[in-house]
Amino acid sequence: MQKMTTMVTAGLISLSWSASLLAEDDFITLASTTSTENSGLFDAIIPAFTDATGIDVRVVAVGTGQAFEIARRGDADSLLVHDTAGEEQFVADGYATERQDVMYNDFVLVGPSDDPAGIRDSESAAEAFALIAESESPFASRGDDSGTNRAELRMWEDAGVTAQGEWYRELGSGMGQTLNTAAGMNAYTFTDRATWVAFENPQDLTLLFEGDEALFNQYGSLLLSTENNPYLKQDLANEWHKWLLSDEGQQAIADFEVNGQQLFFPNAK
Amino acid sequence: MNVETTISTDIAPLHFDQVRFEHRGHRLLMPTSVTFSGCRRTLIMGPNGAGKSLLMRLAHGLLRPSGGQVRWQGATPVQAMVFQRPVLLRRSALENLTYVLAIRRVPRAQRKARALDVLERFGLAALSKRPARVLSGGEQQRLALARAWLLDPSVLFLDEPTSALDPAAIKAVEDAVNAFHQQGTRIIMATHDLHQARRLADDIIFMYGGQALEHTPADRFFDIPHSPEAAAFIRGELVW
Amino acid sequence: MSASDNPFYTALTLILGMDHRLFDIVALSLQVSLIAVALASLLALPLGAALALWRFPGRNIVIVMLNALMGLPPVVAGLCVYLLLSRAGPLGHWGLLFTPGAMVVAQVILVLPIIAALTRQQIESLHQEYAEQLHSLGVRPLRMIPTLLWDARFGLLTVILAGFGRASAEVGAVMIVGGNIDGVTRVMTTSIVLETSKGNLPLALGLGIILLSLVTLINALAHVVSEMAKRRLG
Repeated sequence: MQKMTTMVTAGLISLSWSASLLAEDDFITLASTTSTENSGLFDAIIPAFTDATGIDVRVVAVGTGQAFEIARRGDADSLLVHDTAGEEQFVADGYATERQDVMYNDFVLVGPSDDPAGIRDSESAAEAFALIAESESPFASRGDDSGTNRAELRMWEDAGVTAQGEWYRELGSGMGQTLNTAAGMNAYTFTDRATWVAFENPQDLTLLFEGDEALFNQYGSLLLSTENNPYLKQDLANEWHKWLLSDEGQQAIADFEVNGQQLFFPNAK
Repeated sequence: MNVETTISTDIAPLHFDQVRFEHRGHRLLMPTSVTFSGCRRTLIMGPNGAGKSLLMRLAHGLLRPSGGQVRWQGATPVQAMVFQRPVLLRRSALENLTYVLAIRRVPRAQRKARALDVLERFGLAALSKRPARVLSGGEQQRLALARAWLLDPSVLFLDEPTSALDPAAIKAVEDAVNAFHQQGTRIIMATHDLHQARRLADDIIFMYGGQALEHTPADRFFDIPHSPEAAAFIRGELVW
Repeated sequence: MSASDNPFYTALTLILGMDHRLFDIVALSLQVSLIAVALASLLALPLGAALALWRFPGRNIVIVMLNALMGLPPVVAGLCVYLLLSRAGPLGHWGLLFTPGAMVVAQVILVLPIIAALTRQQIESLHQEYAEQLHSLGVRPLRMIPTLLWDARFGLLTVILAGFGRASAEVGAVMIVGGNIDGVTRVMTTSIVLETSKGNLPLALGLGIILLSLVTLINALAHVVSEMAKRRLG
């Protein structure tokens, strides 16, 4: 019985500890993408923001589709995602009042080092995608309605092929998990450069195609609307939004490197 | 305790009126009418499966009759029961006793002293802190009797309490039964041990095949049994 | 395989390094799961015992449902709690989503059916042994519950440990309702998922080894305590 009492007491103490977390208001919840989180960008830039403003940023890293949903339900104070069309629709739907370009990186095509589809010397991204479909080489797709997934689907469309068949494998997974699986299957896959550079389990995968302007990957920050979310910490979120676009924020993004390589390129207007 | 002793002869009589018991279509107790009254030691005898335990459980209220009526004539008295295999809680001997006092709403401050008193009385004081379930069979049965003693019952049921015990332990149980009786407790006890019945019984109920064939004073039962089954049982010819 | 690729080596350096962040993650994991199991036990032990003792219409349906809920996928539990605690949900004003509190709630939902269902089984068999004696002593059904729970305590410790195992091992629910926020709701299992997605497999496996060691340690402790008590109390 004594054990029980101790456990209950411990439970109550700890619950009050959780409550103290709730009481602390100087933070915002940022819904963002796995690509930014996995690369380590937030670890590098958030401390600078917190030092400057005293506001902590709690990052929930999910696919872009889920990030929109979290914001729509009022569970996030801010959004940083990479699906410009979707973001503009979000503003049009009244969930956000403003959308701004923050930075970009690019998507790349990775695949088996012997390149069975022969995409290495393609003229364009569209050609590379067409070659993969033509040779029916295994291709691992996120298949999770993320920003990367949406961009990939646009690529197939531009290439004028229907991605269908046994060679096209929809995983329904995040970027890192998809890279792990692609490495295991020795398949082609479409990834953002940041996650790829930071990824530590490439096995036989290698970067095969890059550089086409069509592979441009724009990140945008959204200022959410209080209309749908009475709990929104609008003032704090606004500071974060403004900081990202400020010289300081842009410089912090530019300074972030992995293996000596800059992964995100600030382009706020 | 003293109050109870003086009114001991006034323990409410217990009537069985055409009581029968069925289980899954089997009639285990034929319509039976008996009366337990006064402060006597009634021993229920008979071979295994005769319905002795059934009769006691019906009397104690652990089972409901399928027909007929089990009826106390007057206020239902305080009862206790000691089983063939004692069911003791997974706690120390002492805690097994204080538990009963807690159930009976005895103030917490008095429980330990009263329990220790009774342990002493039953020769278990040295074992008070031992887990009840690691005690020997005889010690466990004594603890069960001590627990019954704490309840201060007017009627004590015992269901073959000595069937698994050695002679010394049997003696201790029989002494305890007599002690209860001297305090004014009515004893209703099942046994198939003829010697035990001769030592303890004031009267005998003889059961056979789910029927109470006889209810007679003990000396008459052993000298001139009515039924051929009882006679055979006494001669040791009925297997149990 | 170089030393840094060896998960055991990684686990060892993590432990020996007493990394501050790792320590926080381990502490949060234990805290969330232990609180969840304590709360779930508080509810599930009496519930399981009551279910063992009382006969009422629909009892069998409740038992089957409880047994089925033992297999509730953590992701489903997480999703339900998410919808409940989301700002747009009925309990949104609590502001619990993406906090350790939400993770506790989700794990309570996962663990409660396990503890209740297994408790019912244990108490039912103990009750078969005790029923006549307790009835004879005049113990009322409501009073039987604490009696049986206490006398079944060693078996129930194993039941609670089973609940703890489920709580500490699951990732689907805490990922959804906690959000795997660095320094706030990141626990062992969500860290393992994160490191796996970064392709840092040795680190992920190293964390797994630490988690398994901790769970083993807790089970060993409980085992020793229960053996000692058993020897003392029988």
